[in-house]
Amino acid sequence: MAQLAAVVGVGQTKYKTKRGDVSIAGLVREAAQNALNDAQLTWDDIDAVILGKAPDMFEGVIMPELYLTDALGCNGKPMLRVHTAGSVGGSTAIVAASYVQSGVFKRILTVSFEKQSESNAMWALSNPQPFSPHLNAGAGGYFAPIIREYMRRSNAPYDAGIKVAVKDRLHGAKNPLAHLQLPEITMKEVEDSPMLWEPLRFLEACPSSDGACAMVIANEDLAEQSPGKPAWIRGAAMRSEPTMYAGREQVNPQAGRDCAKDVYKQAGIDNPRKDLDCAEVYVPFSWYEPMWLENLGFAEDGKGWELTMSGATSLLEGGDIPWNCSGGVLSSNPIGASGMIRFAEAAQQVRGEAGDHQVDGAKTALGHAYGGGAQFYSMWVVSSEKH
Amino acid sequence: MSSSAEILSQAFTLGYTYTRSTGPIVGQFLTALRDRKMVGIKGSDGKVLMPPVEFDPVSAQALSDFVDVADCGVVQTWSWVSEPRKAHPSDKPFAWALIKLDGADTPMLHWVDADDAAQMSTGMRVKARWAEKTQGLISDINGFVPEATALSEDYQANEAEEPITGIDSPSYLTYNFTAGGATARYLAELKKGKLVGQRCPSCENVYIPPRGSCAACGVATTDEVELTNKATVESFTIVYIPIPNNPIKPPYVIANLVLDGANISFLHLLSECKNEDVRIGMRVEAVWKPEEEWGYAMENIQYFKPIDEPDVPVEEIGKLKKGGR
Repeated sequence: MAQLAAVVGVGQTKYKTKRGDVSIAGLVREAAQNALNDAQLTWDDIDAVILGKAPDMFEGVIMPELYLTDALGCNGKPMLRVHTAGSVGGSTAIVAASYVQSGVFKRILTVSFEKQSESNAMWALSNPQPFSPHLNAGAGGYFAPIIREYMRRSNAPYDAGIKVAVKDRLHGAKNPLAHLQLPEITMKEVEDSPMLWEPLRFLEACPSSDGACAMVIANEDLAEQSPGKPAWIRGAAMRSEPTMYAGREQVNPQAGRDCAKDVYKQAGIDNPRKDLDCAEVYVPFSWYEPMWLENLGFAEDGKGWELTMSGATSLLEGGDIPWNCSGGVLSSNPIGASGMIRFAEAAQQVRGEAGDHQVDGAKTALGHAYGGGAQFYSMWVVSSEKH
Repeated sequence: MSSSAEILSQAFTLGYTYTRSTGPIVGQFLTALRDRKMVGIKGSDGKVLMPPVEFDPVSAQALSDFVDVADCGVVQTWSWVSEPRKAHPSDKPFAWALIKLDGADTPMLHWVDADDAAQMSTGMRVKARWAEKTQGLISDINGFVPEATALSEDYQANEAEEPITGIDSPSYLTYNFTAGGATARYLAELKKGKLVGQRCPSCENVYIPPRGSCAACGVATTDEVELTNKATVESFTIVYIPIPNNPIKPPYVIANLVLDGANISFLHLLSECKNEDVRIGMRVEAVWKPEEEWGYAMENIQYFKPIDEPDVPVEEIGKLKKGGR
């Protein structure tokens, strides 16, 4: 039987287009120090460090975890790096949690980051290779046809994506750390923004951000002694599937459905919409909210957009299941950290530490990340209650 | 299996000039170099670390106490490079060396311009040879030389005042990219103007381009299946932004196309139609380049164009003619 583990400290940087004032080391340090401060701990209290980030090509530092050992206080301690593309922030938190749940370590610092301003994600994700036609135009170009197919089969109104784009930015305006601060954004403004990969518009896509996120995860004894409120990890799951195989369901991938089923079972969740108080879900392109509402069992197949359009996922409209109260990936996207931000924001909600974007009385929350060609999934459920 | 599979290999350079933020500590070190000065940083144990680091490697404390260090010191160890490579700082033989500058407690890696290996020794004294023009880079030190060497000090004074906060960091790696067996066979057929996929022996689905295995079943695909020029649009996007290093002018249609007899889509351009007329289920056909331009590339097909055939019902796209039979 695995032991209990909890998040006892969360630290983030402010997310912005370019953090020209810090090195990569300075960036991860800022988040890590904030997490230690939040947990009222020092470097000596940490047993091991688990680091995550997306492809090394984003910054051109190969195996950056080695260079970051000084900044993260790894002297004499185990450290390792996790890499599962865009879902890495979530997987990194799960790897850290599993070391505590297994009893190998008592208290772990886990950190993830991306400093996208050092290069250009569009280049790093779409560089040409010999013997393959060069037709990729960034992640949006990959996901747009999948979104089109969702729109076709669900008969969703054309503006469901626009609604998500507005909702998440209005949430983000309540989060001082969010990169995009667009408190006045309107449906019309999103609709009038330039088309990038039809049906996806500029304002329906995530920004490119610099930033880092960190958490301290402790075992039951240490979490109970922690001065702040712990977020108990009630379930954690990862799944993956190949990008390309005949008959692959790309709109509603099997790996995502299986991962959700697993994490809900661990956490005793029968009806996610009812049993969860809020969710932080990886939505880098607006339409992925209705798509993931279905994939994660919050709505029946083909009905995710109805929840979105009804305001059920909006904190400001008083929805019953607010999604991405922090502003989500659509408001801040330091790719390698984006998954961990979802996990950390879920923890902040159940700790009652989410500030102006707090869901009143939130007890149980989902953190979710996906990556690659929507093929790597990581999810956890955290709660203010142990059982 | 085709016997014509030759090994296809191509040089491939992956690279980018990164714009690296130095942060305040490395930035100050580089700013000092631009003024032909050396600065180290005091560690939490009082030792002077050179070059300066942001965080103490022992205690993890953030460091900020800069200390001036001399531009001369002692070689602690060294390695002779008798055949310099293109990326090396010198085009004649030289030594990499760990040099402990006077006033520092840790050695710094740099290079020593010596006549030959016999001139090098552990314990030898060396001094920095500053570049004629400095920029705020580690190469502002144009190597170290034996201390007795006479240097002309005809330097161009640095006039820049803004502190260094970022540097360009070019990083280019050249690989020899070799196509796998399945890809090589597929491309060899493509060079002859044929579209040849491979069938999974287990689920019988046909893959094109073939990858040599079926990811669903985890088995090798070896049976080859020649497919037609006709395909169905499974989905598509109209792209309004240019692809980096690709001459295609936006807006253009990139479609996920399933060839007749295949069970998986690939991406290709769709043309000879209005973008707004493209739809899921639409029938299209390959437009090949002139034969003399054919190579080992999918670009032999310039694009796909619509044909006058009824749309395929969505539920049948990619699922008809299972196994290509």
